[in-house]
Amino acid sequence: MGGVTPTHLKLSFIDWLLFLQQIALFDQKKRIYSENKLVFAPWYFLLPAIAFFLVYVIIPIFQSVWISFYEWDGLGEAQWVGLANYIELFDDEYFYTSLKNNCIWLILYLFAVPIGLFIALFLNQIVFGIRFYKSLFFFPFVISQVVVGLIFAWFYNPNFGLLAYIFLSLGLEPIAILSDEELVTYGIIFAGLWPQIAYCMILYLTGLSNVSKDLMEAARLDGAKGLKMLWHVVLPQLRPATFISVVVTVIGALRSFDMVAIMTEGGPYGSSNVLAYYMYETALSEYGFRLGYGSAIATVLFFIMLIYISYFLWRLYKNEREA
Amino acid sequence: MEFLLIAFMIGGEMYTKIKLILISLLSVILISSASFARDLVITFDDMNPGPKAAFENAIAKFQKENPDINVIANNGDREEHKAAIRNFLIADAPDVTSWYPGNRMRPFVKAGLFEDVSDVWDENNFHEDLAAIKPTMTIGGRQWGVPYSYYQWGVYYRKDIFDKLGLFEPNTWVQFKYICETLKKNGIAPITIGTRYLWTAAGVFDYINLRTNGYKVHNDLTAGKIKYTDPRIRKTFEYWAELVNAGYFIENHASMAWQDAVVPFANGEAAMYVMGNFSVDAYKNAGLTYDQIDFFKFPEITKDMPRAEEAPADAFFIPTNAKNKRDAKKWLAFVARPDVQSEWNETIGQLPINSKAKVADDKFITEGFETLNTAVGLAQFYDRDAIPEMAAAGMEGFQEFMMNPDRLDKILKRLDKIQSKVYK
Repeated sequence: MGGVTPTHLKLSFIDWLLFLQQIALFDQKKRIYSENKLVFAPWYFLLPAIAFFLVYVIIPIFQSVWISFYEWDGLGEAQWVGLANYIELFDDEYFYTSLKNNCIWLILYLFAVPIGLFIALFLNQIVFGIRFYKSLFFFPFVISQVVVGLIFAWFYNPNFGLLAYIFLSLGLEPIAILSDEELVTYGIIFAGLWPQIAYCMILYLTGLSNVSKDLMEAARLDGAKGLKMLWHVVLPQLRPATFISVVVTVIGALRSFDMVAIMTEGGPYGSSNVLAYYMYETALSEYGFRLGYGSAIATVLFFIMLIYISYFLWRLYKNEREA
Repeated sequence: MEFLLIAFMIGGEMYTKIKLILISLLSVILISSASFARDLVITFDDMNPGPKAAFENAIAKFQKENPDINVIANNGDREEHKAAIRNFLIADAPDVTSWYPGNRMRPFVKAGLFEDVSDVWDENNFHEDLAAIKPTMTIGGRQWGVPYSYYQWGVYYRKDIFDKLGLFEPNTWVQFKYICETLKKNGIAPITIGTRYLWTAAGVFDYINLRTNGYKVHNDLTAGKIKYTDPRIRKTFEYWAELVNAGYFIENHASMAWQDAVVPFANGEAAMYVMGNFSVDAYKNAGLTYDQIDFFKFPEITKDMPRAEEAPADAFFIPTNAKNKRDAKKWLAFVARPDVQSEWNETIGQLPINSKAKVADDKFITEGFETLNTAVGLAQFYDRDAIPEMAAAGMEGFQEFMMNPDRLDKILKRLDKIQSKVYK
């Protein structure tokens, strides 16, 4: 049998509509349903999304946790090893390097939020050609992360990169940022910030267009201006934008994979590794045949994200209730 | 069968309908199986101009000799092939695939995904004709694939620069260091290397280790029988440190791929390169002529140590899930034939493995042929001889050592730890 693509599972949109209509028709015949239509109806529409979310997200999470208790090369028989992968993980220097780098990513990446806000405030004015400037600022987010990584890898190149020329023109010896174990992570984060700032900026720009003019007027009459206006009047109204910016930035920082893969492959000697890339390296790369160990790393990463995001959601929920 | 019975019982219009369906189903099966029997799917993994042409020529020749076989050749990118092989061997296996011998084939052999092809070796006298590569194609006394090409490693150097400075090809470590020192004094980086993708550093390690400790220690180390903190391996690193501490390797090597490291070699900023013969093409493309470049064997370190060389081979394998194994074996016998190997390797500028094949008339290839034929043993390469998890960590360690030789102790202890975990 040739391919494994389950073509028979691919339902077109029309198929779904027909399916839902059938259910609706059937529905009408039954009194129980018709009396509780409003209770059932949302579920019909949620069903496709839930099914796909289950198959592609929820179930794989459990599978991957399950695999982390095995020693498996992806080919032969998997062998149950219990917690051995986790015990090994806590004695693995590369794991700690990756974890440390993830923390640096997490902290520095969050700078994208205030910088994005600042640029959004700056661009939120009506002058000739502002749409053009906005699109220029938004541009780095549109191009692929791979391209961003490549551009910065060239920029940093000590032999022909722009940075090397800048250093030389200042009479300094060029630094090979991407092969310096101390600087390499910062170099990659700096490159990663470029598109991330653009992302936060666009979130804030849409937020700013919804800021109530009346409130601003009222505040101005009361004598608020400048930073005070920003802090007490504008920012509270931007809370949804801030929330989304922080969440996407945190997730972006924790799963920072593509930039690391393109710019250094975790090198030099693993010093720019992050958990997401280390997982790929051990489980799936050219030399990676340890799916169990990779899954253990993935599980740790998953729990870090889970804790961070649930804390964030909990705080948000609390704020909403207090407000 | 039940289906037919029901069809008979229903009768009438329904029956004719089902009969029609059955007939059309049957004809589909017949047609597909008819063409199916003689399809031969071959997957290859090199899109570079030379190898691509050589592969296509061989396919054309094979097709001409076997008109009854319908050859379907797929050629893809090498890195993609490495990533995809684990999937296609299980889910959608071709009849033949290219892959690498040594420990790179071991996971697939162990998982039963590669077919035992010892019978091809027996029938075609390959045990004798392909003897050079036989050990690395063998696991558990059986052969698992057939190699079509290999190439030598060694030191490529700028002959014009050597001549200008009155230097000669070195035979010993002392002479080699003298050459490095002279070059450095003249403002030329002695050895160029790009360690960004790590494996180039493994080439240097392998050579210093082979020259310091010999073939057996190389094999024992990569087989996990010797520790990295073993005094013999430490000795290897001591020699290597002599080169590193004296600044004989080009600066910024960790930010360069091997192709990037050709640039200083081509414009005269560096004079030597420890590399495989595939790199000759890159020197020529960078504008160097044959008069400007030459080759010497990596110099002797321990006196009278029998000389072993690095000679990675490329090979073809039959997946266990292949459909047309009979014709796949025909292809395997075909690619190892002397005339096919001569032509193939002439096109790609490498060495044929079959001892009856002709070697191309090219100074690097003839010298490579001589180098390998006089060696006592052929190593595949660190990352093919060591198991994958060890190779990945080992090569990172080599790169770290080249940048921070003072961390040697820490690196060797870490490698020991990983070794004890991944070899079972």
